[in-house]
Amino acid sequence: MAVFVIARLTFIEASRRKILLAALLLGIAFLILYGIGFYYINRETLPNDTGAGATLIKNQVYNFLTMAGLYAVNFLTIAMGALVSADTLAGEIGSGTIQAVVTKPVRRVEVVLGKWLGFAGLLALYLLMMVGGVMGIVYAIARYQAPNLLIGAPIIYLEGLLIMSLTLASSSTFSTLATGGIVFGLYGLAFIGGFVEQIGAVLKNGTAVNIGIISSLIMPSEALLRRASYEMTSPLVQSLGFNSGPLIVVSVPSPAMVVYGGLYLAVMVALAIRQFNRRDL
Amino acid sequence: MFAIETNNLRKEFGDNVAVRGLTLQVQQGEVFGFLGPNGAGKTTSIKMLLGLVSPTSGGAQLLGQPLGNRQARAKIGFLPEHFRFHDWLTAAEFLKLHGELYGMNNDRLRIRIPELLDLVGLTPFKDKQLRTFSKGMLQRIGLAQALLNDPALVFLDEPTSGLDPVGRRLVRDIIRDLRSRGTTVFLNSHLLSEVEITCDRVAFIKHGEVIRVSELKTLVEGETSVIVRAGGLTPETATGLRQWGRDVRADGDYVTLTITDDSALPAIARYLVAQGADVYAITPQRLSLEELFIQIVGTDGGL
Repeated sequence: MAVFVIARLTFIEASRRKILLAALLLGIAFLILYGIGFYYINRETLPNDTGAGATLIKNQVYNFLTMAGLYAVNFLTIAMGALVSADTLAGEIGSGTIQAVVTKPVRRVEVVLGKWLGFAGLLALYLLMMVGGVMGIVYAIARYQAPNLLIGAPIIYLEGLLIMSLTLASSSTFSTLATGGIVFGLYGLAFIGGFVEQIGAVLKNGTAVNIGIISSLIMPSEALLRRASYEMTSPLVQSLGFNSGPLIVVSVPSPAMVVYGGLYLAVMVALAIRQFNRRDL
Repeated sequence: MFAIETNNLRKEFGDNVAVRGLTLQVQQGEVFGFLGPNGAGKTTSIKMLLGLVSPTSGGAQLLGQPLGNRQARAKIGFLPEHFRFHDWLTAAEFLKLHGELYGMNNDRLRIRIPELLDLVGLTPFKDKQLRTFSKGMLQRIGLAQALLNDPALVFLDEPTSGLDPVGRRLVRDIIRDLRSRGTTVFLNSHLLSEVEITCDRVAFIKHGEVIRVSELKTLVEGETSVIVRAGGLTPETATGLRQWGRDVRADGDYVTLTITDDSALPAIARYLVAQGADVYAITPQRLSLEELFIQIVGTDGGL
């Protein structure tokens, strides 16, 4: 019960502090910009005939633009996951707001899970709006549909949840600022590790690939994005043997990486609960 | 069963011993004052009792249950010292949230919330967000929050800080009302005059240890200095007051003397009237709690 009370409170907070409104307005601004860009690229630069060559070029461009849109959405989602949850435990412990809450007949684990659930709901809504918006715009203008949406989008969601859970775990132990540093530091590590891995794969350098894999184990966010991106790449483009999106996916993370991401998330939630349980408030 | 019973409760933060060994018993239904200089470990003690801070060693029972027991917590109310609440909630929403955390159902909350808003005088502000509240209003809503569940035991950490005299009187009235209903109140306050008026017993804390627990009545009773103001006093009349007390000193219309028993006061009044004096005032000067505090705790402030 208390879990849902806290989860609802998290929603009310996001709405009262205008977080929902800001996310909604900026999300709409992003989608409008994306839609206009996509419309003019489609109308003015692509061939109009239906020959095999034209179809191939169009398919490549649509794939690229869809992936570019999802890449931006992915970044916005994880930024949102980190930003909304960074201050929640550290901030409430710092201000003392938490004192009147945890002295009620609730378990501390319920407080953590309630917040997690609230943020997970917020992220789901946001991702639904943004992925739905990008996919809808692309389909409305070009009748192009990226494959495996129901596999790719949940993987992006998993990535958002993972970052949010990591942030929550850090926020249960460290200050808000330290949490920001830790989360974005790890994200940057995964980002660079991902590039090292892809370049290593192109150059057939085993060491570089291994560095990338290790960095993905430390922080699986980038690997999850690559997997999602691979799933949603047009089969035609994939059959050409390369991915022309903003991400070069040469070395494709295996489905095991998705399972690892799920485990990573569970460990972070457990860590958040454990730290918060032990902490003097 | 005691409302609160602690046994050598101790808390260390690294090398720093915040509470050395707190042992005390609070009876059910009494208003118990917790006094001590800054840094004596009062807030840490309260936090341990409420499960916010885990003790390094020692134990305690609240309402007969071990620390952290959730059934016991359902019967406890708490007004934190540096209370900060989710200030984007309205007063009514705030009380609803905390009622739900107590596990109260909607039917009960529909009755209880207006009652409490009325009690603390915030009914006209029930739909205003807490961020627009003054410090005194926040203190009042915090107090309402601590009483939502009709608690058997209430912890009030500095409840009158930030309150104007009207607000302080309100807190006093609420404490009195709680006592009349048999609720135990654990009061931590720096305002000794408040403690003097409201508490049945007080504990003095220094360096994280209880150095004295006493009933307030016996603490402040004992010898009393009395100032008499009367017209038409003759030296003989003044000297005659010696039969009730010592150190009799006359100075114009004023006489001071020290008595050992309050029953001397009406006798003195009758005597003075019989001697033909015009009595304007007979004022007992109690040894104030503040003086006692300094006597017991010392002027070093426990540093």
